Amino acid sequence: MPRRTTVPAALAALLPFLPAVVGAQLGSYNPPPGAQGTFAIRGARIVPVSGPDIASGTVVVSGGRIAAVGADAAVPAGATVIDGAGLTVYPGMFDAGTSIGLSEIPQGAPSTVDVSETGNFNPNAQAFFGVNPQSAHVGVTRVVGITHVLSRPSGGVISGQATLLNLAGSTVPEMSVVPRAALVVELPRSGFGGGRFGGGGFAFAAAGSQQDVQRARTRQLDSLRAMLRDADAYQKAHDAYAKDKALPRPRQDVVLSALVPYVRRQAPVLFIADRAPDIREAVAFAEEMQLRPIIVGGRDAWQVGAFLKQKDVPVLLSAVMDLPSREDDPYDVNFASPSKLAAAGVRFAITSGDQGAEARNLPYTAGMASAFGLSKADALKAVTLWPAQILGVGDRLGSIEVGKVANLVVTDGDLLEARTRTRHLFIAGRPVPLDSKHTDLNDRFKDRP
Amino acid sequence: MRPTPMLPRTLAALAALAPTVLAAQAARPASGGTTLIRNATVLTVTKGTLQNTDLLLQGGKIARIGQNLQAPAGATVVDATGKFVMPGIIDPHSHMMSDAINEGSLSVTSMVRITDVLNPTAINVYRALAGGVTTINILHGSANTIGGQNATVKLKYGREAAEMVFPGATPGIKFALGENVTRKSRTAIPGGPPARYPTSRMGQEEVLRDAFVRAREYKASWDEYRRAGARGVAPRRDLELEPLVEVLEGKRYVHAHGYRGDEMLMLLQVADEFGFKVRTLQHGLEGYKIASEIAKHGAGLSTFADSWSYKIEAYDAIPYNAAILVRHGVLTTINSDSDERIRRLNIDAAKLVKYGDLTEDEALKTITYNGALQLGVQDRVGSIEVGKDADVAIWSAHPLSVYANVDKTFIDGELFFDRQKDLAEREAKARERQQLERAEQPARQQRPAQPFVPNEERR
Repeated sequence: MPRRTTVPAALAALLPFLPAVVGAQLGSYNPPPGAQGTFAIRGARIVPVSGPDIASGTVVVSGGRIAAVGADAAVPAGATVIDGAGLTVYPGMFDAGTSIGLSEIPQGAPSTVDVSETGNFNPNAQAFFGVNPQSAHVGVTRVVGITHVLSRPSGGVISGQATLLNLAGSTVPEMSVVPRAALVVELPRSGFGGGRFGGGGFAFAAAGSQQDVQRARTRQLDSLRAMLRDADAYQKAHDAYAKDKALPRPRQDVVLSALVPYVRRQAPVLFIADRAPDIREAVAFAEEMQLRPIIVGGRDAWQVGAFLKQKDVPVLLSAVMDLPSREDDPYDVNFASPSKLAAAGVRFAITSGDQGAEARNLPYTAGMASAFGLSKADALKAVTLWPAQILGVGDRLGSIEVGKVANLVVTDGDLLEARTRTRHLFIAGRPVPLDSKHTDLNDRFKDRP
Repeated sequence: MRPTPMLPRTLAALAALAPTVLAAQAARPASGGTTLIRNATVLTVTKGTLQNTDLLLQGGKIARIGQNLQAPAGATVVDATGKFVMPGIIDPHSHMMSDAINEGSLSVTSMVRITDVLNPTAINVYRALAGGVTTINILHGSANTIGGQNATVKLKYGREAAEMVFPGATPGIKFALGENVTRKSRTAIPGGPPARYPTSRMGQEEVLRDAFVRAREYKASWDEYRRAGARGVAPRRDLELEPLVEVLEGKRYVHAHGYRGDEMLMLLQVADEFGFKVRTLQHGLEGYKIASEIAKHGAGLSTFADSWSYKIEAYDAIPYNAAILVRHGVLTTINSDSDERIRRLNIDAAKLVKYGDLTEDEALKTITYNGALQLGVQDRVGSIEVGKDADVAIWSAHPLSVYANVDKTFIDGELFFDRQKDLAEREAKARERQQLERAEQPARQQRPAQPFVPNEERR
C-alpha cells in the first residue's frame, strides 16, 4: 500500500550545500593555551607513573618542562601557585591509536574526512599535512587529560605516515612532537572474510575465486616488497652520489624518499592486524624486510603472546571494547586481553581505536581492562608511559619526571574513572583552558528557560 | 477495538509441542527459587543506599530487604560482603535479538511488529546480562517516519522468545525524524535504494500529519459504528491505522528517533495538535536546545552519554545533554542502541556525574528507574523495593566505577549470569570446541564475507 513513491533527483542538487553548512560549524572551539611560565602545583597527590606515588607533594613546571617533583620540592620565587589540596597530578594520557583531526564527521560529510588517500601505496601521504588543528575533537579530548595523540591515516596497503601531536596549538607545527612518527601498513589478508572491508587495499567485494584472490594478494605483497627494496636502493644511490659527485645524479622520488627512514629502521612501521595469523604474518614480513614493526589493533594478540614477546614486537591495542569476534568466545575475551598480554610480558599500549570524536573514552577503556585483570598501575601505564616508550618518545613523554615535557592533568579523582573531573591541564608547560565546543554549548543552553 | 494479536510463531510452535514443553516448564521452578544475598551495599536507586544489607529474592520478587535476615529453608545464600547490588539495568533503545530492524519500503509501517522477529538465542543477550542488563526496549529502525511496533523484553537467555517478552509493558511504536528518514546517505551511494518520499524534514511533518488525519477518521468511523450499537457493516479493519488509533487513545507509547532540536519540536507540535503524547524522544542529541519545550509537552528523552560527531546531525551533541534535560524536569535515560555499548551502560551513566554534575543516584536512575517509567513497567522493575520483580545484579565494586564488573545477574529471582560459573566452564567449552573443529575439518569451508550493512539506520 505505498502511498507515494516520488523519485526526485533533487538529492544531487542538495549535496553541494552540505560542506558549506558544515564549514560554518567547524573550528574555533579550542581556546588557545596560555604562555609557558613557572607554575607550582602544591600539596597534591602525585602519580608519576614511572615511580611510586607521592601522597602529598609539589610539581614545578618551568619553560615547558618539569623542573622539580617531590614531597618537598621548593616553590620557586615568582611561580604561579596552584593549590593541589584534594587533587591528584597525573602525566597526560597518550592515545596512540586515533585519526584525530583527519576525520570530523565520518558519515554524510565527506568533505570533512581526510583519513585516506586514493590508491594502495601512499607512503608520502602525511597525516601531518591533513590534520585540522581546529577540529572540535581536539578540545573535547584534551580536557579529559589526553594531552597527545598519534594520528594516523588508513586505507590501502601503505596508508601513509602517522604524526605525533600534542593537543594544544593553533597550527599543526605548533602541536607537532614527531611529524613523521610511523609508517602505516596493512598487509593484504590471507583468506576470505573475517575482516573489514577493503582491508589492505584488498577487494573482498570482488566476485572471484579464492585462487584469484590469492593471486591478487601475492601481487600486492610483491609490489610492497619491491617498493621497500627500491627505497633502500634509492637511498644507497643518493648516499653514494653525495660522496662522489662524479657518479650519475640519481633522480628524486618523493614516494621512495618517504620510505627511507622506515627501511633504515629509524622509525617504526605500524602493521594493522587483529587476527593471530595476520599478526604472525606481519611480524614475519617485517623481519624479512628488516623493518621495526608495531602491531596495531591486536585483537587476538593475546593468542600469540609468547611469539610477540620472543620477537619483542609491541602492540597498540584497539579492540578492548570490541564485541568478541566469535560467538563462543568468552564474553570478556577482549576486556581481558590486556591482562593476558601483560602476563606474557608483551609490550603494549591501550588506545581508543577511534577516529577522533570518541578518543576521549580512552581512560575508561583502560579502566575496563583493569576491571578484567590488568592491575590499576599497569592500566595507567598503558595509556601514559608505555605508548610513549613504544613510539620512541619515552624519554620526553609519559611520566612525571624532572626534565620531561610538562604534560600534566590535575584531577579530583582517579584518572581512569568516568566520574572524575579535570581541574587543571598543562600541555608542553602551557596552561590549557578547560573550555571546548561542548562547554560552550552547555553554557549557552543550560539555563535557557 | 484492538484485535486479538496473531500468536507469535514461537507460541504457535509451543502449542504444537505442548505436552513436552509444558512438562519441562513444570520441572523448572516458576519463581526462580529462593536466594538470600547477604551483607551487600544495596543501591535501591529510589530509596537511597543501604549498607550491610540483606536481600531476599523469593517467588520471583524482592521479598525482603533488611539486616540479618533469616535464610528460609532451601534458600541459596550468596555472600556479597564488599559487593554492590543494584537493580537490573534497563536499556530503552536496542535492536538486539532482531532478525530484522527496518521495514523501510514505506514511509508508514505501523503494521509491522518486532515481536515477530525476535531471536532469543542471540549471544549478545548473554553478553548484556554480563553487563548487568535485565530489560531492553527493542525498537524498529529509523528508516521511516512511522516505523513498526516495539518489543519490551527481559533478557531471559535460553528461553523461548514469548517467555522473554515483558508482560504488561505498555506497547510502543517507533517514529523517526531527520537524516535517516531522508535516506540521503544511502541513496547517494551507487546501487543504493531509490529515493522514497519523504526526502526532507518538510515531508516528514506531512507524513505524520497525513497519517494522523487518517487515523483520526478511522477512529471516528469505529466510534460511530459502536455508537450505533455495532449493527450493520463494520468498518474495514486497517492494520496500519490501528496502532495509530492506540497512540491517539494513549494506549501505545511513541518512541521517536530524532537528533536536531527543530525536528523534535515539529513532532511535539504535531502531537499537541492531534492530542497525543510523545513518550520518549530517542537519541535527542539536541534535546538540550529545546529542554523547556520537551518538559512542557511531557515527553521523556533517551540519549547517548557522550557519542557525537559521527554524522552531521550529531555534530552539536554534547555530553551535558542528559544533565540539562534532568535539570529541566525531563524524564531522561541513557541508552546504548548497540550490542557492544549495552555491556557498559554503567560507565555511560557515570559520565553524567562528570558532565553536568548529576548526583550518583540521578545518574543511576538514567539506566534503571527512569527507563522503567519510559516503558510503563515502573511498578515491576527499575528499583530495589519489596514487591518488585527480583531483577538485580551483584557488582564487584560500585557500578559507577570503571573498575567494577558484574558477578551475578538475576531476573525474576532466577540466576541468568554467574561470572564464577562462566569462568569455571571455559575449559570444558574450549575442549568441546576443539573436538568439534577436528570433527569438522575435512568438510570445512571458508565462510563468505559478511554483507555490508550501513549502521546509519540504527542510530
